[in-house]
Amino acid sequence: MHLELVGIKKTFIDEKQGKETSAIAHIDLQIEDGQFISIVGPRGCGKTTLLRIISGLEKSFDGEVFLDGQKILKPNHEVALVFQQYALFPWRTMCQNIEMGLEIMGIGKLERRSMAEEYIRSFGMNGFEDQYPCQLSGGMQQRVAIARSLIMNPKVVLMDEPFGSLDSQTRNDMQEFLMDLWLKRNLTIIFVTHNVDEAVFLSDRIVVLSKRPARVLRAFEFNSPRPRDRTSKVANDIRREIIGILRQERTALVCGQ
Amino acid sequence: MGRYLPLLLLICLWQLLCSLGFFPSYVLPSPIEIINAFQALLTIGMPPGHLLYNHVLYSLYRVGLGFSLACVLGIPLGLLMGWFPQFYRLFSPIIELVRPIPPLAWIPIAIVWLGIGIRSAVFIIFLGAFFPVLLNTASGVLSINPILVDAAKTLNATQKDIFFKVLVPGSLPSIFVGMRIGMGVAWMTLVAAEFTGVKEGYGLGFMIMTARDIQRPDEILAGMCIIGMIGFTIDWLLRRWESSIKPWE
Repeated sequence: MHLELVGIKKTFIDEKQGKETSAIAHIDLQIEDGQFISIVGPRGCGKTTLLRIISGLEKSFDGEVFLDGQKILKPNHEVALVFQQYALFPWRTMCQNIEMGLEIMGIGKLERRSMAEEYIRSFGMNGFEDQYPCQLSGGMQQRVAIARSLIMNPKVVLMDEPFGSLDSQTRNDMQEFLMDLWLKRNLTIIFVTHNVDEAVFLSDRIVVLSKRPARVLRAFEFNSPRPRDRTSKVANDIRREIIGILRQERTALVCGQ
Repeated sequence: MGRYLPLLLLICLWQLLCSLGFFPSYVLPSPIEIINAFQALLTIGMPPGHLLYNHVLYSLYRVGLGFSLACVLGIPLGLLMGWFPQFYRLFSPIIELVRPIPPLAWIPIAIVWLGIGIRSAVFIIFLGAFFPVLLNTASGVLSINPILVDAAKTLNATQKDIFFKVLVPGSLPSIFVGMRIGMGVAWMTLVAAEFTGVKEGYGLGFMIMTARDIQRPDEILAGMCIIGMIGFTIDWLLRRWESSIKPWE
């Protein structure tokens, strides 16, 4: 797997007012197989837009996204996207949600049910198969959303602040859950967050974006072994540096520069 | 049960005032007289020989036909209007113009077009039910979180998959609201619709109009109660059906 973003640029056009807003100024990025990359940046800096571009959901932008040399033109199962609001289908049970992609592929009822059950077991969600999303906790809902993407065997998993709406304890649990998953399944993950601690705990590489219009300010390589100590000296140093950069960006934003 | 107590008291008071002779029975019959009239409708019929259950069946048949037609046309059109903005732009001005015309105002032209008989009656009932079904379906589609459509797309969904696996189930709650409102309106237009569609000499609307012709307020009121109770029962059945096919709410 090799994902390459070349000269990504995105401008929103407000047709009514004839106004153009630049969301992404210029981003080049290369992601290698098995990497865990976090993208951090100030609120509203175009992180979500970037993920939508990579996933193929966003159609109008400049630049190109290549997955294994193939240009990504429309959304498909090779690039999974996990949303902050989970985006589970409320009318489907846990199992039916996880099966959705398989169902679309035309895989038989029994086969997809047993595939989904395997995920449910390994994600520790037994006993909730036939519950509807509204009956599940936030952490559980997000695990269902992750299972729904992974069952399609994606080459790369995009995650848009997946733990943003969880309380801090559940959030820590979910970070460890994800880390475990990444280690066991050799996933490639692009993880958008504005939580620096989370990025430092999880990633091999942290890309810091500027305020809108977004460009890459710095990229940190961080190769300490896992599981990581959240309070080690290296982790703290990187955290301090990133927080410093982000604070500068915020001040610039306030001053309107 | 306690919440029906005021109703019970009201009926008792009504009976009492009638027994004491406050209202003459040709103006306001007492509850007991209405119950007797109900029995007469069951056994003798109004007009005599036309028994109550036949009136009920004819009315249900007309409402069923008009309502089904409204659903068969309203739901697909509503889904299309909700999903394709072009469709919405095409139809909404027409709908905005036609919808404020009360179904009953269509009766004269319905008679001109379709003659006196079941066709006009069904047409009027259809008009009453169609707009609530259509508009609620469309707004149901519009209220679906776009993120669900995006999620389906990243799972390889085609337009057809999105339509059947996201839009239809996602708008189901609104479709049911539309159907319940539509059924309510359909049932309400029934009596008036049957002024036009009574060649067969049956129908609850026809029945109470006949009762009026021969000055039987007890049978009119009994007929009104029956119409109300059937309307209530149909709504209850729709709600039961609703909760059985969408257990996630």
